[in-house]
Amino acid sequence: MNRTRIIDRTGGIFLIVVLAAAVLIPASNLLLPPGNPLHVPDYMIPLLGKYLTYALLAVSVDLVWGYCGVLSLGHGAFFALGGYAMGMYLMRQIGPRGVYGNPVLPDFMVFLNYKELPWFWYGFDMFPFAMLMVVLVPGALAFVFGWFAFRSRVTGVYLSIITQAMTFALMLAFFRNDMGFGGNNGLTDFKDILGFPISAPSTRLALFVLSALALAAGYLLCRALVTSKYGKVLVAVRDAESRTRFLGYRVENYKLVAWVLSAMLAGVAGALYVPQVGIINPSEFAPAQSIEMVIWVAVGGRGTLVGAALGALIVNAGKTWFTGVLPEAWLFALGALFVLVTLFLPKGVLGLAASISQRWNARPPSTAPTPSATPAE
Amino acid sequence: MMRLRPVPLSSPLRLFLLPFLAMLLAVFAAAPVKAQGQVDISPIVAKFANDSYSDTSDALVALSATGSPRAAAVVDALAAGNLVFDPATKAVYIRTPAGMADPATGAIVAGVPANLPAVRTNNRVRRTIEAAVGALSLLNPDPGRRMDAANAVFKSRDAAALATVESAIAKESLPAIKEALEQARAAILIGKADAPEAERRVAIQKIAARGDQESISLLRSLPADSPPALKSAAEAGIAKVEQNLKFWAVAQNVWYGLSLGSVLLLAAIGLAITFGVMGVINMAHGEMVMLGAYTTFVVQELIRQKAPYLFDWSLTIALPLAFLFTGLVGILIERTVIRFLYGRPLETLLATWGVSLILQQAVRSVFGPTNQEVGAPSWMSGAFQVGQMSITYNRLWIIVFALMVFFTLLLVLRRTPLGLYVRAVTQNRRMAAAMGIRTGRIDALTFGLGSGIAGIAGVALSQIDNVSPNLGQGYIIDSFMVVVFGGVGNLWGTLVGAFTLGVANKLLEPFAGAVLGKILLLVFIILFIQKRPRGLFALKGRAVES
Repeated sequence: MNRTRIIDRTGGIFLIVVLAAAVLIPASNLLLPPGNPLHVPDYMIPLLGKYLTYALLAVSVDLVWGYCGVLSLGHGAFFALGGYAMGMYLMRQIGPRGVYGNPVLPDFMVFLNYKELPWFWYGFDMFPFAMLMVVLVPGALAFVFGWFAFRSRVTGVYLSIITQAMTFALMLAFFRNDMGFGGNNGLTDFKDILGFPISAPSTRLALFVLSALALAAGYLLCRALVTSKYGKVLVAVRDAESRTRFLGYRVENYKLVAWVLSAMLAGVAGALYVPQVGIINPSEFAPAQSIEMVIWVAVGGRGTLVGAALGALIVNAGKTWFTGVLPEAWLFALGALFVLVTLFLPKGVLGLAASISQRWNARPPSTAPTPSATPAE
Repeated sequence: MMRLRPVPLSSPLRLFLLPFLAMLLAVFAAAPVKAQGQVDISPIVAKFANDSYSDTSDALVALSATGSPRAAAVVDALAAGNLVFDPATKAVYIRTPAGMADPATGAIVAGVPANLPAVRTNNRVRRTIEAAVGALSLLNPDPGRRMDAANAVFKSRDAAALATVESAIAKESLPAIKEALEQARAAILIGKADAPEAERRVAIQKIAARGDQESISLLRSLPADSPPALKSAAEAGIAKVEQNLKFWAVAQNVWYGLSLGSVLLLAAIGLAITFGVMGVINMAHGEMVMLGAYTTFVVQELIRQKAPYLFDWSLTIALPLAFLFTGLVGILIERTVIRFLYGRPLETLLATWGVSLILQQAVRSVFGPTNQEVGAPSWMSGAFQVGQMSITYNRLWIIVFALMVFFTLLLVLRRTPLGLYVRAVTQNRRMAAAMGIRTGRIDALTFGLGSGIAGIAGVALSQIDNVSPNLGQGYIIDSFMVVVFGGVGNLWGTLVGAFTLGVANKLLEPFAGAVLGKILLLVFIILFIQKRPRGLFALKGRAVES
């Protein structure tokens, strides 16, 4: 077996682009005068930062869908849970500056006549604890869910549907006022993070850079995982689960590791997302959101990691543009994207680019077929 | 108002009229004997001429006891200030637009001066008037008004009405009204401290036997200083009624659950066959339901404009149209999108999700985002009462309809060549193809059939849900749960799944609340799938393992 390099050409370009963005975009924002055509205006920074968190989320979806064959229609749940953990920290940071001025209870609790802080809010005033929860809560949910589901050999469409049921149930739960998470208003009106005012341009730049770094790190982690021996088994599970099991591998454990890791990454993405958009509410749990995440991956190219990130950027940039220019047409465009990509671009944009470049390079007699991580569903 | 006065009839006419009379008698047999006008009220009426308050009150009480329709006219005239008297002759008249009328017969009396003084009333008399009006309606010849009056007394529990109620009970011949009167009497007796204890105990039992919320509050209203025996009887009565109410509450919830189950069945049944046969989860299925509902809307609009007399038939007309329209849309989707994605079920899921977004936005662009008004034909509106639960006709029809659709589909799958092919493809696609079945065509037809059924589900759901572009979104997840819970490839699984989930949902609601109940159910399904990864009625065989 050839040893696959952790950073291949596409990955290298991707990492360079992401890291360059982390340097150049803040530089352009800070150093160039507002009139300069290359100046990135302030309002763009949290928008771009949001895209980067989506990209990280897409990478996490791709890890389970592209490499392990688990189509999760509930990744929005992990993303939102991470976001809620961060939101709870930010809520506690408001302190007595809320509308009701209660030093401990967030505004919505005062409003809903809470007498004291629910137990699950304890500790969220401490940043390290909150950050721990950002990965632990989605990770624990994923572990429990995956432990049962993979052990019982729930696969394919059934698994997709119960992940959807999971996020739907969580959405309903978080919509309830007496859950203690702010009901349908969610958590908002954040003031500052680690002492820095949350809407100050400098804080937003810092969050943007952090998002870019998280994306790069998340990518590297996943890439390292899928190029390892473990990753090879994972792909084997995806392509022939029964055969892999008969070869003596504990399939459910392989799946579980990827699944939990993916959920944790999604949680991190959610935690970075919340301070940049300034709100987290139960609609993030909506099944439609989770399905949209899958299409990001499909557009970019399933099973490539870079493609997933790319797809998230393309689709969300398109969404921003469409909803601004032609709000009526956005759903048509998104719907058409779903249909056309699944019909004509089974390998996504990245696959298209690869096959074009391959045809370009392979005009002399064709070389050996490149080993590609093409999913064979 | 019907008056049953014996009328001499010539014999052929009598022969002709007798059956009618018999019928009328059956209906109006309730008319109390004395209400037939035989009682001469003139001696009583004469008392009004004294124009003293106490005589007036006495006369009113006496009048109300007669139950005569003329008495009602006199009381009404007194209340309106139209009862006049001649101080010289002590004669009493009713002033009408036509002239002075004799109170006892209603006939106009000529030669009476127009400026006679009216019989005066004060607050006490007015109260007596009210009581007399109530009492006279208890004796009214019209059964509907007697029923209303009995219920009014039951609500007011006015002790003054007791004597009238008792005389009304004696005269009453319609069992239903008699029962209402006896309940009214019991309601009065419960609060009447000076009534004999034995009678009050009977009254308590009577009220407890009524068994609704009203009887609980009545029994609670038993005065605190009542004898202990009565109190314990009331306690026992309350306990019994609460038991009874609990039973009916459960029955009502089961009914709601069956109703919800039928809705789920309608929504999921089409999904079940497309999923079962083609292994495709059709995310656009909810939109097919929505298109069916919009077909109903369009049909109704056309009927309103062109042929309003057909409105009661609008749903009957919409059914085949919705089936054809959504079926064709389904075949179109199958031929243009799904056909190319066989063997990649998860990607079909994504593509059909895209289709669903497009359909939603298309409907939103054409009809607007707001809810559309879909009317109910007359035979689907209203409700009836079974014990303590109320059953609305539209829900009842939807249950009947869902079962009809289910069994029709079952028949199609079991008894027609198409059904045979469909089952063959479900069980083993490649073998079916080898036997010469054109699986591609079967797929298209199955998808069309599933979509068409979604369409007729939409016709039914337009009656109980908002017809908006988002209609389908509300059903898609529930439909999935039903199919996954029931198991693929088996229609009975879908039936059992739908009704189980529907009833369980509604039975959980009183304990857990609507939202938490639903969450519990979702968690239950997630756990259930762990136990039986292929649903309640899993298809067995090698083909399903692929």
